[in-house]
Amino acid sequence: MKDKPQYTKEHLLYLRGLKRKGLLVNAVRVAVLALLLIVWELAASLEWVNPFITSSPSRIAACIADLYQNGNLGAHVFTTLWETVVGFCIAVGVGYLTALLLWWSEVFRKIAEPYLVVLNALPKIALGPLIIIWVGTGSKAIVFITVLIGLIVAILNMLNGFMETDENKILLLKSMGASKWQILKKLVIPSSLPAFISMLKINVGMAWIGSIMGEYMVSKAGIGYLIVYGGQVFKLDLVMSAVFILCVLAAVMYAIVALVEKLVIKNR
Amino acid sequence: MKEVLRFDNVCMHYHTKQGETVAVKDLSFSVKEKEFVGIIGPSGCGKTTLLSLAAGLLTPSKGKVENGGVSFGYMLQKDELFPWRTIEKNLFLPLEIKRKCTDENKARVLALAEKYGLKQFLKSYPSALSGGMRQRAALIRTLALDPNVLLLDEPFSALDYQTRLSVCNDVYAIIRNEQKTALLITHDISEAISVADRIIVLSKRPATVTATHALDFTENEPLKRRENKAFSAWFELLWRELNA
Repeated sequence: MKDKPQYTKEHLLYLRGLKRKGLLVNAVRVAVLALLLIVWELAASLEWVNPFITSSPSRIAACIADLYQNGNLGAHVFTTLWETVVGFCIAVGVGYLTALLLWWSEVFRKIAEPYLVVLNALPKIALGPLIIIWVGTGSKAIVFITVLIGLIVAILNMLNGFMETDENKILLLKSMGASKWQILKKLVIPSSLPAFISMLKINVGMAWIGSIMGEYMVSKAGIGYLIVYGGQVFKLDLVMSAVFILCVLAAVMYAIVALVEKLVIKNR
Repeated sequence: MKEVLRFDNVCMHYHTKQGETVAVKDLSFSVKEKEFVGIIGPSGCGKTTLLSLAAGLLTPSKGKVENGGVSFGYMLQKDELFPWRTIEKNLFLPLEIKRKCTDENKARVLALAEKYGLKQFLKSYPSALSGGMRQRAALIRTLALDPNVLLLDEPFSALDYQTRLSVCNDVYAIIRNEQKTALLITHDISEAISVADRIIVLSKRPATVTATHALDFTENEPLKRRENKAFSAWFELLWRELNA
């Protein structure tokens, strides 16, 4: 068994202070949220604001419970989650491989550069009608939009990560007689891991934007559909509930990426 | 002693859109087996180009670099240890690249690590080591493939002065112990005098040889050489030649 390290009194006080500061920050975070919810609830129940327009925490909770009881919650959440995760995975995978290809060939990189710049600047929503005609109006179209939104960002982020590989380390490997494949495997891929994690984090947001935007345009189910439907029939409790569920799902997905980051690059 | 490296009227030109740069011009010198040669020159004179030419990483625009098929180990200004690999894995990197990861080779590298005080750090990551220990690990990584010639590109310039003196002493003792031929490139005149058997002085860019001096110290230990009376005389002479 590992011995417990022996610390001086000053160091223990310092550690205690650090812990206290961390607890205080967390407590204030929770307090701010609680205060916000209480004020919102009070404002709605005392009719300082119109609860039909602003909804309230209790109405949102009741709406989510209602969705759960009539069996719709799971189906809507699953639909959006599936579209988001599939779109995210395809964008990340294809983006990573394309960036690798662009790193490998300078000529290919130079040819692709103007196309990437234009595609990155293009608002993807403009392609909506075309996508509906090409792919149809089902989940496939939503996944397609999600991929389109995340792909260029993934390529540009990863290419940047690959190109930032330390030239001296490349020189070192070359002096050992390393092939380009070995430089890629032993140096470029591992050294670009922070860029990969950063790209994952950015793409979590992009994937949600893509799937919700897609659902606004073509869906019959999903969180985006609930938001559009709620807005059209003036069920603003439903809109707020959907946004709340979306916040929770996005936070969970981001937390998973943050956990991966912690596990993968703990020694750097 | 036989020659292990020879530069014959070597020229190196770099081409960019802005024009042509001549980094090295009509450079001729040779290095004998087990000799420690120091090359000094002003900043930006083409010293690193020279090492890349010696290692075969660049092909000269004119002239010839003959190395008689000897193997080279390259040590750079920074240790360039891979932060995601443990020290042990960093030391094995050249073996992996050359596909020579045999038990025998690994044992030889581990024996070097033990001999030169790195055994307790083998499972640590580079971030846990001091600058001096990291440079020592970088040297053992360079020795992993048992190269005939070590090419040292200002290997301690990234360290603070005090650490540099002490690490320089340790590292050059290791190089002498292992009886390696070494070619040190530096702009630090003191460092060159304290370790080399012979010093070659280069001109400003394009680099050519302006002088060669065989040093006649009886001591091989860098710190002891610095205490020798002849040290300052050599320093003054080389300083004048560099600034001529």
